[in-house]
Amino acid sequence: MPKKHTICALVENHFGVLGRVAGLFSSRGYNIDSLSVGETEDPKISRMTIVVRGNDRVLEQVVKQLNRLIDVIRVIDITQGAFIERELALVKVKATPATRSEIIQIAEVFRANIVDVSTSSMTIEATGKEDKINAMTTMLAQYGINEMARTGNVALLRDSQPGQA
Amino acid sequence: MAGKTQTATTEDNGRAEQRSAPPTLEQPTTPMNGADILIHAIVREGVDVLFGYPGGASMEIHQAITRSHLRCVLCRHEQGEIFAAEGYAKATGRVGVCVATSGPGATNLVTGLADAKMDSVPLVAVTGQVPSANIGRDAFQETPIIEITRQITKHNYLVEHIEDIPRIVKEAFYIANSGRPGPVLIDIPKDVQQSTAIPHFPDHVSIPSYTPNAHASRDELAKVAEMIKTANRPIIYAGGGIVTSGGSQALREFAVKTNIPVAQTLMGLGAFPETHDLSLQMLGMHGSVYANYAVNHADLLLAFGVRFDDRVTGKLEEFCKHGRIVHIDVDPSELNKNKEAHVPIESDIKYALEELLGLVEPGDYEAWHANIDAQRKRHPFSYQKMKDVILQQDAIDTLYRLTEGKAVISTGVGQHQMWAAQFYQFDEPRNWLTSGGLGAMGFGLPAALGAQLARPDALVIDIDGDGSFAMNVQELATLHAEQIPVKVLILNNQHLGMVVQWEDRFYEGNRGHTYIGDPEASGATDDMQATPGHLIFPDYVKVAEGFKVPAERIEHRKDLEPALTRMIESKGPYLLDISVPYQEHVLPMIPSGHTFADIITE
Repeated sequence: MPKKHTICALVENHFGVLGRVAGLFSSRGYNIDSLSVGETEDPKISRMTIVVRGNDRVLEQVVKQLNRLIDVIRVIDITQGAFIERELALVKVKATPATRSEIIQIAEVFRANIVDVSTSSMTIEATGKEDKINAMTTMLAQYGINEMARTGNVALLRDSQPGQA
Repeated sequence: MAGKTQTATTEDNGRAEQRSAPPTLEQPTTPMNGADILIHAIVREGVDVLFGYPGGASMEIHQAITRSHLRCVLCRHEQGEIFAAEGYAKATGRVGVCVATSGPGATNLVTGLADAKMDSVPLVAVTGQVPSANIGRDAFQETPIIEITRQITKHNYLVEHIEDIPRIVKEAFYIANSGRPGPVLIDIPKDVQQSTAIPHFPDHVSIPSYTPNAHASRDELAKVAEMIKTANRPIIYAGGGIVTSGGSQALREFAVKTNIPVAQTLMGLGAFPETHDLSLQMLGMHGSVYANYAVNHADLLLAFGVRFDDRVTGKLEEFCKHGRIVHIDVDPSELNKNKEAHVPIESDIKYALEELLGLVEPGDYEAWHANIDAQRKRHPFSYQKMKDVILQQDAIDTLYRLTEGKAVISTGVGQHQMWAAQFYQFDEPRNWLTSGGLGAMGFGLPAALGAQLARPDALVIDIDGDGSFAMNVQELATLHAEQIPVKVLILNNQHLGMVVQWEDRFYEGNRGHTYIGDPEASGATDDMQATPGHLIFPDYVKVAEGFKVPAERIEHRKDLEPALTRMIESKGPYLLDISVPYQEHVLPMIPSGHTFADIITE
């Protein structure tokens, strides 16, 4: 059964690395749910967080094929351990004076922030796990979502693994 | 055969030679331009010949070559030059080098890069690029070759700063010929070639993210030895990785000591002597019945340096379904990629075989050998003996006999390639140059000329089809201009024979644009007759004459041996065009996606 995996790849911060990784996924037919990339504590190294769907064999290949790229330093399927993953979403939702307070209440429930308000809309910033973002957007959809931007997941392994003190 | 034998194997000196540092060269103290730095860096890698075709964005590099001791072989098409570089690399194990200009020069390299990636050929391709300031502006002869070649190179570089040239060249050669070899492309904008700097050439490469050449652990190998001990019907499935790693000798000792038969892939021909009693020759779609029988009935498959290609396995689920599988390869992504192995091991295969040799004992597989031998007797590679018509298999068989199996053979792609694989038996590695994974027609002639330059004393013969040959026919000019004594043997059936064969087998003989002779002469042949010589189109004898390459055509069997002898004994390049029937099929054949049970033998 295809499962969802979160893969972290540490890559050299070189020209075109994103192209190499994206090209690898498309040319080998792997399905990406999301891919995010940014600097790490070392400016020469970038971290890619890739959410990919596939069975164990596909995942094994994804990890191995990524490792084959010269610019890829390390690949970890962090779904194998305990990990923290977060996504940031900006949601621009239709808001009238009548619905504004309801929307604020929903945002509060999801610990989201209102970052912009206009006469006809509100923009909400939310961070959290993908499920939470999905739950919030479902609630907001009833008012009409004008635009939405999501970053895709970023993730790190927990240092405190279950079973440890 | 006129003192043209090549006895020493080149497998062991190849990679080692190029990797050991060349004699210490002093660091320059005066400024040089980028093109000169590039050429100096290439020379420092031990390169003495490269293949090129100049243009606006690469002429600076060619100017630099004229100031060096490098020999630049001017091929007549960039596809020719990169196939030549591949031929050079395949015949020696050393990195092949080619240079092309930007735009169309670079895109003409694409097929060769893809070929080298598929067949793990160590290659460094250098392309000129439009000046940095023009990149992204759709300049004249600009193509984003780095983007285009990303998935068909092992790695590629766009050189942004002149200071990076020495390091990038050093890394490129290291990456190309370490671990699983492959092509590396270096794209250098013209302004970088023209600017100047005092270079510093590094002695060592440091790429922390790249750790090739893994070695199997003691435990892993002990497990393999144990499996061999308990097996009753083991077989070795040997591929191009053996040749690449220089492991042919180790394989020979391993197979002989354990008494295990060896089936070879198309890329692995010569990895084990085909004339050895333990050899089952080629397996797969057009492999021998006995090799495929053995894989189908084996209880242990020792897959060494192979990638379970679909042309070998047919229907994956059925492939070796009675056997446990040990898969050893230096590229871990090959393990469990197509076929799940019971014991997957990431390792340099030469190392693994040499270590295994100390762990294994001779096995007694008498019944197993007897079963295979019965198949061998019942279904040898064979063909009909004709009275007057020359059959392709007969031509290759005769060539094999006359050259005592010692020639270096290159091919195009199609029926002639498969017959060459079946009927020319290779006892040494690196004598067989073919486009296996990509199946690129037009490979034969340029690959042969590259190999000949690397091995001047060898008899190098391109066994080609009339379709494949036409695709890089312009390289006849290179043969004459550079005085390269390559022989070309065209098995001319006026058709795209392999497609015709599939049409006959699966499309009721309906011809879908597979006739490549003269439309005016179409239908001039009856069943199992070759096209009369005067109707052959194009007239390759006249074409060769235009390129100043001596040539002749034959169509009668009585002329075969004398003509082949004339070709072999000719001092310079030579073209022999043989008119053959197009109705002949390559057999045996396991149709695509099928199993051993579906093998066609007649």
